[in-house]
Amino acid sequence: MENFDLNALGVVFDWDALGVVFALLGAVLAALMGGIGSAIGVGMTGQAAAGVVTEDPSKFGKVLILQLLPGTQGIYGLLIGFVTLTQIGILGGEAPTTLAKGLLYLAACLPMAIVGMVSAKWQAKASVSSISLVAKKPDQFGKSMIFPAMVETYAVLALLISILSITSIASL
Amino acid sequence: MTEEYIYAVARVRSRELNLLSRQDVDQLMACRTYDECLRTLSDKGWGDGDPSAEAILAAEEEKTWAFIHELTDDLTPFKVLLYPTDYNNLKAAVKAVVTGVEPRDVFLPGGAVDPELMLRCVREGDFSELPETMAAAADEAYHTLLQTEDGQLCDVILDRACVADLLQCGRESGVEILRDYAELTAAVSDIKIAVRACKTGKSRAFLDAALAPCGTLDASSLAVAACKSLDDLFAYLSVTPYGEAAEKLRESYSAFEKYCDDRVMDLIKEQKMNPFTVGPLFAYVLARRNEISTVRIILSGKLNELDDGMIRERLRDMYV
Repeated sequence: MENFDLNALGVVFDWDALGVVFALLGAVLAALMGGIGSAIGVGMTGQAAAGVVTEDPSKFGKVLILQLLPGTQGIYGLLIGFVTLTQIGILGGEAPTTLAKGLLYLAACLPMAIVGMVSAKWQAKASVSSISLVAKKPDQFGKSMIFPAMVETYAVLALLISILSITSIASL
Repeated sequence: MTEEYIYAVARVRSRELNLLSRQDVDQLMACRTYDECLRTLSDKGWGDGDPSAEAILAAEEEKTWAFIHELTDDLTPFKVLLYPTDYNNLKAAVKAVVTGVEPRDVFLPGGAVDPELMLRCVREGDFSELPETMAAAADEAYHTLLQTEDGQLCDVILDRACVADLLQCGRESGVEILRDYAELTAAVSDIKIAVRACKTGKSRAFLDAALAPCGTLDASSLAVAACKSLDDLFAYLSVTPYGEAAEKLRESYSAFEKYCDDRVMDLIKEQKMNPFTVGPLFAYVLARRNEISTVRIILSGKLNELDDGMIRERLRDMYV
């Protein structure tokens, strides 16, 4: 089959104009997927926290901290989205001049988007377990924080790689 | 969906702090008299004002189910625990109608089906308002009792239907602990029937009718062994997952009953590490039943002034 040539029809399509579209898509995905993961996570831990507080209101402070742990991915996603917007000519910087650059921004946002969503849900599961731990052994609160915090490591790593990539693309 | 029980499980975890521990049981055992035991229970928040032992224990059972009703509207997973009560009430209803005796204080509280509905269904001979499997068993038991006047045969039909419902409920729940509990309950029921039938010299036909098929015991081999002798029955059990049951039965029947309750505790203890699913709720109900049963043993021992050693050998393992 012969290649379809838009230019042969007299239609001139500037593929490079799509660069900013893909860059914006990356920013949106980072905020969207991180936010979805955190919403699910904080919802799950909220249910567990409410269960504990129903029986023992004095544990509110402890379970609140554990409830909020899966909320950070949403914040990281927002940060990546914001930094991207300041680089691609929407809130500052310059719009990507080529399609390849736009795709690079999209790729740079994906670690935060994907890891943010997945890690928020798994961190929520660890937090729910830790809330059960605090319900039975409030004196073990310090240890109970560590288990869900371990999952945070991978969200932070994704945040780092996304930030480093986004801020370096402009100089390519 | 495993996440629908997150709130409920968190509440159960908090309530588990109030379950009786081994130290609490020791404290009850250290009470010198029956009345002192009742006072200690009252201090721990047991009962609802009525100082009699039966009222205290009934109030605790009621509190447990009130708590479960508060946590979930869907009691389907708990039917595994409710079927024995329902079938017991059904037996009472069938016998009361056939013998023409007005039922008074014969129904157990806390079943899934209203005993008055059962009574009406049996009186009218129309079982369509009962759950399907229960209706078929009730119909068969009612007509068998009318025709043969054999109360034991009526019991056998309903007991077998109860075990079949338990097993089906456990399988359909898709929850491991419910399936395992139903299987254990069915196997224990078969072992008890086989032992009693063996001791009273029942026929093979009776055993075939009474033993419910379950996954961990072969009903036919169990019936063959029970028809021969107790030693043959114990020899068969020793090659099944219930080998220890044979040893306990050789020791005494109360040792066997303790073994059964302790196996249930072993089964549910892993739910302490499960923050999702209905498993921890189910385990909590069983743990409460276990502590009520333990308290009943202590109270009954203290009331009859039994030796502490004799009471202690009957005490069950605790959940916490």
